[in-house]
Amino acid sequence: MALWGPSPRGYSMALCTPADRANLAGVRHIVLVLSGKGGVGKSTLSTELALALRHAGKRVGILDVDLCGPSIPRMLRVQDSAVHQCDSGWVPVFVGQDKAIALMSIGFLLERPDDAVVWRGPKKNALIKQFVTDVAWGELDFLIVDTPPGTSDEHISTVEALRPHQLLGAVLVTTPQAVSVGDVRRELTFCRKAGLHILGIVENMSGFVCPHCSECTNIFSKGGGEELAKHAGVPFLGCVPLDPQLSQSLEEGRDFIQEFPKSSAFPALTHIAQQILDTSQRSS
Amino acid sequence: MAEAPGAPEECPGTGSAQAGRAAACQGCPNQGLCAAGAAGPDPAEAAELRARLRAVRHTVLVLSGKGGVGKSTFSALLAHGLAADETKQVALLDIDLCGPSIPKIMGLEGEQVHQSGSGWSPVYVEENLGVMSVGFLLSSPDDAVIWRGPKKNGLIKQFLRDVDWGEVDYLIVDTPPGTSDEHLSIVQYLSASRIDGAVIVTTPQEVSLQDVRKEINFCRKVKLPIIGVVENMSGFVCPKCKNESQIFPPTTGGAEKMCQNLSVSLLGKVPLDPQIGKSCDSGQSFLAEAPESPATLSYRKIIQRIQEYCEQHHLQEEKIM
Ligand SMILES: Nc1ncnc2c1ncn2[C@@H]1O[C@H](COP(=O)(O)OP(=O)(O)OP(=O)(O)O)[C@@H](O)[C@H]1O
Ligand SMILES: Nc1ncnc2c1ncn2[C@@H]1O[C@H](COP(=O)(O)OP(=O)(O)O)[C@@H](O)[C@H]1O
Ligand SMILES: [Mg+2]
Ligand SMILES: [Mg+2]
Ligand SMILES: [Zn+2]
Ligand SMILES: [Zn+2]
Repeated sequence: MALWGPSPRGYSMALCTPADRANLAGVRHIVLVLSGKGGVGKSTLSTELALALRHAGKRVGILDVDLCGPSIPRMLRVQDSAVHQCDSGWVPVFVGQDKAIALMSIGFLLERPDDAVVWRGPKKNALIKQFVTDVAWGELDFLIVDTPPGTSDEHISTVEALRPHQLLGAVLVTTPQAVSVGDVRRELTFCRKAGLHILGIVENMSGFVCPHCSECTNIFSKGGGEELAKHAGVPFLGCVPLDPQLSQSLEEGRDFIQEFPKSSAFPALTHIAQQILDTSQRSS
Repeated sequence: MAEAPGAPEECPGTGSAQAGRAAACQGCPNQGLCAAGAAGPDPAEAAELRARLRAVRHTVLVLSGKGGVGKSTFSALLAHGLAADETKQVALLDIDLCGPSIPKIMGLEGEQVHQSGSGWSPVYVEENLGVMSVGFLLSSPDDAVIWRGPKKNGLIKQFLRDVDWGEVDYLIVDTPPGTSDEHLSIVQYLSASRIDGAVIVTTPQEVSLQDVRKEINFCRKVKLPIIGVVENMSGFVCPKCKNESQIFPPTTGGAEKMCQNLSVSLLGKVPLDPQIGKSCDSGQSFLAEAPESPATLSYRKIIQRIQEYCEQHHLQEEKIM
């Protein structure tokens, strides 16, 4: 195929070990983070969920299938790392203080960080399959899967590849305004058609409390996520406010859950993680 | 077969696995496009597209590597701004097939396209402002377009070939985030006519800029001129105490620094304004609803710069021809 993209550092993808079902065999629960809309906080939620579950004593991994816009390596400050190859496949990058969160992202395969991944569907699909079959995840309680916006190649391929495994379900992220909720409605249809269990909807960026005068402004309006959850008959997992400490912390790749327990987004994020934990305990 | 204008004699052909990679491709003006898989359409298709798009004077793509940064908002306001001149005919094409926001933002939700003898007719907001979106082809707000690449590409081609756009001064194209099928296809199909350039939208934080740099590299690879960058959601002024907060902090210098480093122009900055989101949700033009707001003034300046760029671009092309 006449498509170019990143040249994987140091090895050819064709040399990777063939599909080894064992690679996800040690993963107990897989959670997809989805949204029809871009920039609503999928990667943010994926990152904070992973950190919160880790702090709750769980073994956690993150699979980033946003191939054109991978954000997780930067959000966890490992953007300069590379993945290695071993007998059982690609070794993910381990992040966090105790190096306990396993992460796989296309960001680790790019020669230069600004390289654009200009791939049409088939090439994206092939890499996603490899991410599912060829990464040595080891024993994990949770694998969080961060996705790009939409209902297209990456989504179809990810769900197809993960279906035989321990898919707990999908968390849908939206911001409160109608323009975003409209896209998430379509994502719900995708989940239903794909037979994906919906763990619930998160409303992100709802309300901003001015740090100077404590006035709350609904920059992206308010309530759209909760309304959608009601309308669709799925659980509402909570509202995460617009919190400059959260965006700053992600810019610097810090551990928000550990460092900012007093911030406005903290209780909402940990509450969401708790609900995922509860669901997983009920399912196993 | 030399399919593309100016292609070398031993051109492997745009459909070949060697497209853009064969020895003969070295120095070919289309090498970047071919290698990206965005090789021009076959000659018959190209002729059809060219015929259809002949009456389009200026084309502007609105792009971003990052989602939710305000591409659709900007596309809509750019279209409104340009159409304020009643002598200009403006077309707004939405190629975000999985997340079409334009119908809602333009106040056209629930509209359907009509088929006429000369093709699909766009939905008109004003006499001089026509809109096309996959949203007009769906029967319910819950309908999802769950398509892989080839089907998306087919529909984008139809939007260009089968829509009766008529005489158009400005064609504005709103895109999904990323550098994938939709982007390659629109550049490929429009290569049959002419693209003035791309406007790239970003927010100030590094998480967004890192994706936008990729988009700029994409533009360079496919030889798409960059008109400039718009920094959106730069700062929020509290309506009560008037203090400014950086909700999306420019930790690496924001769009300004990126533009300097990459030698592209910064067209302007637009602040966070809750009224923008409300206007989008109610399908009204924010420029008309809040004509004196700082965000409107900033949008107007940016629109004017784009207009000037296009006029300039056009003059240069006429000189060459
Ligand atoms: N300067 C601003 N201030 C406040 N709200 C804004 C501003 N710019 C855009 N918005 C709002 O932000 C939301 C996202 O904008 P928009 O839908 O245009 O983004 P997009 O880049 O097209 O997203 P996608 O990648 O999903 O297509 C919209 O609700 C819009 O009204
Ligand atoms: N609740 C929040 N408060 C403040 N900033 C947020 C919040 N949620 C997300 N952000 C910021 O918004 C931007 C977009 O989020 P991101 O997770 O990259 O979205 P997506 O993955 O859906 O494209 C990031 O810079 C992130 O730091
Ligand atoms: Mg993301
Ligand atoms: Mg959009
Ligand atoms: Zn060629
Ligand atoms: Zn205030």
